[in-house]
Amino acid sequence: MYETTYHRPSSVDEAVALFGKGKEAKFLAGGQTLLPVMKQRLAAPSDVIDVARIKELIGIEPTGDGIMIKAATTHYDVATSGTVQKAIPALAYLASLIGDPAVRYRGTIGGSLANNDPAADYPAAVLALGATVKTNKRSISADDFFKGLFSTALDDGEIITAVSFPVQAKAGYSKFNNPASRFALTGVFVARTPAGDVRVAATGASQNGVMRVPVIEAALKANWSAGALDSIKVSDSGMLADIHGSAAYRANLVKVMAQRAVTAAG
Amino acid sequence: MSTIKLTVNGKAVSADVEDRTLLVHLLRENLNLTGTHVGCDTSQCGACVVHIDGRAVKSCTVLAGQAAGSNVTTIEGISKGDELHPMQAAFRDNHGLQCGYCTPGMIMSSIDIVNRHGGKLDEETVRQELEGNICRCTGYHNIVKAVLDAAGRMKVSQAAE
Repeated sequence: MYETTYHRPSSVDEAVALFGKGKEAKFLAGGQTLLPVMKQRLAAPSDVIDVARIKELIGIEPTGDGIMIKAATTHYDVATSGTVQKAIPALAYLASLIGDPAVRYRGTIGGSLANNDPAADYPAAVLALGATVKTNKRSISADDFFKGLFSTALDDGEIITAVSFPVQAKAGYSKFNNPASRFALTGVFVARTPAGDVRVAATGASQNGVMRVPVIEAALKANWSAGALDSIKVSDSGMLADIHGSAAYRANLVKVMAQRAVTAAG
Repeated sequence: MSTIKLTVNGKAVSADVEDRTLLVHLLRENLNLTGTHVGCDTSQCGACVVHIDGRAVKSCTVLAGQAAGSNVTTIEGISKGDELHPMQAAFRDNHGLQCGYCTPGMIMSSIDIVNRHGGKLDEETVRQELEGNICRCTGYHNIVKAVLDAAGRMKVSQAAE
C-alpha cells in the first residue's frame, strides 16, 4: 500500500471539509473494497477519511412508507435488523448474502453503492425497489444514481448519508454466487409496486453494471409468476463474459434468477 | 505516523505506526502477536481474523487507525493460562488442523459463529459461515466437527461460570 493519511472525522460536515483539503482524498467506510484495492496499489488516495464511525450515518429507521438505512450501517446490521426483516425481508436476505460474515461486519450499504461494483448485491435492491439515495447535498432516485461500471451520479466529495426504501407489495432476491469471490455471478431483485407495476434489476450480468430488465418486467406485470418467464428470452447483447460464464450463460441466469426471486417473493 | 491506542487481549497498548499500517501488521510487528497470520493479502482467506469489539473481522482489511480505541482479541487472548479455550480444545481433540496456518483465523471466526448461534448451530450453518476462512489441508470435515463439538462445550462452560 502506498502512503496515505488517515482521518477520523466525527461529523459529515467535518468529513466533507477534510475531503476538500486532500489532494486526492477518498471516503473510507467499511473498507472491504477500498483497502484490498489500495493493497494492490490500484488506488493510492492521499487521504482516507473514515466515515464509518460518524454517529449520524449509522442506524435504521422506519419511515412513513418504508425504511431508511443510514449509509454507514453494516451489512450484518441490515441482515439482522428486525425493522428490515419485517418491512422488506428480501432486503435483509440480500444483505445476509454479501461476502462472508467477517466482511458483513465491516462493509456498509453506502460504501457498496458509492463503489457500484458491477457484481455487488445492493445496487439490484436499490434499483428494483425504487429507492432514493440521500447525500449531503440532495436526493437522487435509483434510476438516476447508477451510471455504469463503478460510476455513480455522486460528485467529487459528495457523501451518501442514507438510503430510503419504499415498501413494495412484493419483493424477492435470488443470487447465483461466484463460489470463489461470493460476488453475484448474477443476481436478480424483483419487486411489484402496490399499483401493480413491476421493477426488475439484475447485477453481475451487464457490462454496464446493474440494469433493469424490461422484457422480464413486462412479462411479470402481465402475470406475476415464475412460469410467466418460461418462454422469455433475455438478450445476451452487452452481457459480461469471462472464465466464469459466457454472455449467453449470464443472459439465461438472469431469467432463472428472476424466476427464483419471484417464487421467493410469493 | 500516528500513535494508535487500543486494547489488545485486555491490555491497553499504544504503537507509533504509519497511517497505511494494517491492523494485522500492528499486531504482528509492533506487538509481536504472531499468532494472527497473513495468508492471501486479498481479504479472502481468513487467516488474519481477530475480534474487534466482539466481532470477527479480517485484520488485513482494517487499518490500524480504524481500530484505534477498540477492544481487540487475538488468538493469544482466548485461553485462560494453560487452559485452552473450548474452541481450541475441540480443534485439538477433533484433529481440526494439519499444518495449522489457517487455525487461528478458523478459531476466531468459529467462536464468533457459536456466539451468534449458540445452541441452534447445525452443520450446514457452520459450513456456510466458515466460507470466509480457507483451509488447504483438512478438507474442512474435522473443522466442522470441532466447531459443533465446541458449541456444546462453550454452552457448558458458560453455564458453569
